[in-house]
Amino acid sequence: MTASPAAPAVHTAAEPLYSGADWDFDTLRRVHAAVEEIALDELGLDVYPNQIEVITTEQMLDAYSSSALPLLYKHWSFGKHFAQHEMLYRKGMRGLAYEIVINSSPCISYVMEENSATMQTLVIAHAAFGHNHFFKNNYLFRQWTDAESILDYLAFAQSYIADCEERYGSLPVERLLDSAHALNSQGVFRYPRKKTPDLRSEQIRALERQEHQERMFNDLWRTVPQAAPKAPDEAAREEERRRSLLQLPQENVLYFLEKTAPNLQNWQREILRIVRNIAQYFYPQRQTKVMNEGCATFVHHTIMTRLHERGLITDGAYLEFLQSHTNVVFQPEFDDPRYSGINPYALGFAMMKDIERVCLDPTDEDRQWFPDIAGCGEPMAVLRDCWANYRDESFVLQFLGPQVMRDLHLFEIEDDADEPMLSVEAIHNERGYRRVREMLARQYDIAWVEPDIQVVDVDLAGNRRLMLQHRVVNGILLDESDAKAVLRHLANLWGYDVALQEVDAVTGMVMKDHEAVPRRRFA
Amino acid sequence: MHIIDRRLNPKGKSLPNRQRFLRRAKALVRKAVHENSSSRGIRDVEQGGELSIPRDGVSEPGFHHGRGGGLRNYVLPGNKEYLEGDKIPRPPTGGGRGNEGSADGGGEDDFRFMLSRDEFVDLFLEDLELPDLVKRRLATSESTSLQRAGYAASGSPANLALARTMRNSLSRRLALKRPRAAEIRSLREEIEALERTGKDPARLAELMEQLEGLLARTTRIPYVDPLDVRYKRFESVPKPIARAVMFCLMDVSGSMTEDMKDLAKRFFMLLHIFLTRRYRHVDVVFIRHTHIAQEVDEDTFFHSPETGGTVVSTALEEMARVVRERYPTSDWNIYAAQASDGDNTSIDAHKTAALMADVILPVCQYYAYIEVGRDDDFMPAGPIRRDTDLWRTYKVLVQPGVPLAMRKVRHRRDIFPVFRDLFQRNAEPSAKEVT
Repeated sequence: MTASPAAPAVHTAAEPLYSGADWDFDTLRRVHAAVEEIALDELGLDVYPNQIEVITTEQMLDAYSSSALPLLYKHWSFGKHFAQHEMLYRKGMRGLAYEIVINSSPCISYVMEENSATMQTLVIAHAAFGHNHFFKNNYLFRQWTDAESILDYLAFAQSYIADCEERYGSLPVERLLDSAHALNSQGVFRYPRKKTPDLRSEQIRALERQEHQERMFNDLWRTVPQAAPKAPDEAAREEERRRSLLQLPQENVLYFLEKTAPNLQNWQREILRIVRNIAQYFYPQRQTKVMNEGCATFVHHTIMTRLHERGLITDGAYLEFLQSHTNVVFQPEFDDPRYSGINPYALGFAMMKDIERVCLDPTDEDRQWFPDIAGCGEPMAVLRDCWANYRDESFVLQFLGPQVMRDLHLFEIEDDADEPMLSVEAIHNERGYRRVREMLARQYDIAWVEPDIQVVDVDLAGNRRLMLQHRVVNGILLDESDAKAVLRHLANLWGYDVALQEVDAVTGMVMKDHEAVPRRRFA
Repeated sequence: MHIIDRRLNPKGKSLPNRQRFLRRAKALVRKAVHENSSSRGIRDVEQGGELSIPRDGVSEPGFHHGRGGGLRNYVLPGNKEYLEGDKIPRPPTGGGRGNEGSADGGGEDDFRFMLSRDEFVDLFLEDLELPDLVKRRLATSESTSLQRAGYAASGSPANLALARTMRNSLSRRLALKRPRAAEIRSLREEIEALERTGKDPARLAELMEQLEGLLARTTRIPYVDPLDVRYKRFESVPKPIARAVMFCLMDVSGSMTEDMKDLAKRFFMLLHIFLTRRYRHVDVVFIRHTHIAQEVDEDTFFHSPETGGTVVSTALEEMARVVRERYPTSDWNIYAAQASDGDNTSIDAHKTAALMADVILPVCQYYAYIEVGRDDDFMPAGPIRRDTDLWRTYKVLVQPGVPLAMRKVRHRRDIFPVFRDLFQRNAEPSAKEVT
């Protein structure tokens, strides 16, 4: 940003937007207008319309416990989370987030009434523009979520489940939700499904194929001796057909149950669908923590700095901002008692700042590592491209530069259960950069972090036993007691026996078997 | 851009979720409340507080990787001295989570959360009750309920009895021979036919006259007359409820130290909370005594200092007087709780025993005696320790069928268990010592 002296100097030497900590709605409006100008004109962000809602502490706690959604069906687990958050907050063990932002159109940002004027400015820049831009542009969100309709869908879900409670009793509904929640992370599609082709496109395809064959026709081939056409294996065909009808193997267990479970009522299927749709809505967020927070942090930092440069916020306000900004991007070291994993704000912000530096002021090392962007002089264009087209895993793999690794002193250790000691495999030096980068990217790869569990087969003609498989990577098995509990839920939903095999992904060897029989099946 | 002020939106959006959670974890929460209450001061009861229950009961399972085993790689920040190829001993926490262990280290076993005051007190008092509450005659009181009682000619529109009204209307119309709509219609048709053909004018005139008559009759006799209208009538029926009175007798004599008085007051305060929260129709009578007894109001009972000698029988006499004057045993369930350090003037022992046996116990549903002791005079049970005067006096009265229960309390922490013990559902009156 230092290289853009031609930035529109509308407000230079202007009156500050506010003074002191107090604010009113008029202040918010002025702040929003000033932030918007920088965000759109200077950073080139593309955002949904904003809706800023002022709420109290208590409402913030409410929002926390319902996964930050403004409306959600009722379930005891949300009450449990509320109780926990409330206690931590009341005992002062944890502060509240300054904001919550919802991926919807209009994009709703909650701001707390206790925030000072500076914090409100920060929150507007962070949530209403940073997160908002990310939600609107990142490919995962575009692919998996529909910002226009999510609020309507949640309203539908809430009233549908409330109706079910009235009609079928709250306990059966609660029990069903318990079981569905247990399979929450098995309720998402990880790849876009194939669209069923319509007649017209089928026809076009057939035509194209025919043309191709005509073009490639060569009479010579007729003379080449051929093996006698093999009689199609009837049994294998039948098997193939059965599996494709059941869409096996199926990674989305809730979807499979919704479509295939023999005994479920229609309302029960609909509730499974609601749970998995909401899980799917959150699926992109789980994969883009670093990028999402990094994007918002980078945006608020740039905007606040620009506001200060233009004299729109006072020195005092800027210092207040810096204080809370540094708190947000603080990364404790691994041996610090405060350490609890890599802070996505810190990593994201550091990487994005690094990209900016590489674009504007590259070193020889950067030229070697990032030949495409080094010295290109347009950091915002590069960053907007990152925000649109990457998720955490690919972003780290592509853009984690040696400078950031050195700054954070990243190193990699390997923990092999068969060895008595942990070993340091790579550190932040010439030999280790690529390995550290690869391993860090893997930590954000949902395929590595979450167990790969699929429905592989079901014996519909026999005892209706449902077979699942966990493909074990690097010998890491499932947590046994939880796996048993989830399987019990699954057996109740399916209505018949359920078996889960843990199979080594490389050797195909069965490492462990779990089984469950339905105790109280749903019907 | 819109700014919306949500601060005035209704609060407690997550209250239903919280209630569901408490209902779900009820057994666990109740147990935790009871365990927890023994370590609390009485004032804390009115404040709610933090509670922890086992995580198992409210767990939300999900498939995830187990802790141990396999080959894992971690990238960590903040390297200081390690070089590639270094070996590091496994951190003692084990589980193979390496240095990342602190991520979710503490608080795994128990789930901790806060209960509000109301939730706490409700759970604490949930399974307590006054024993034998309905044995005496049921007396009427201000509580009434509405009951259907026939029909009335006047009432509010909401109570209109439509079927009855239409029935009346129909019978009136029949009795007064109100012309039917069909009758008039057929007459009109006939007239029309005659008018069109134009023959038999005499018949036409006759019919016209007839029609006029019928129409006049129709207007004279309305379809629904105010006379027909009936309303459902409701009568308020008094609902019988049991009436009860609790006598709180406290010794405030000089032999009671401040600590003992504090214990006794805590007990009565708990009793008071219990009665006011669980029963709407319970009178409480406060009597304090030294060598004389007097009935006092709540505030004086709990807060005013007093001192003097000890004559227990005065308090019993005072109670008997109040019962005689205000609480006839035919209408009231009578309960009493007495707290004392057990000292009594020796010449009074006989009188006390006689009063108890002949006057007090026969009219009481339940009589609870709490003996407060000094915390520091705890001695190992043995021959040296002897029961107090009053304890010995009362002990002979305890027999099967006599509604007398005796407990000793030496420490603040005993109060909750003793209280629960005394008012537990189906508790058998007995003399027991809690130390």
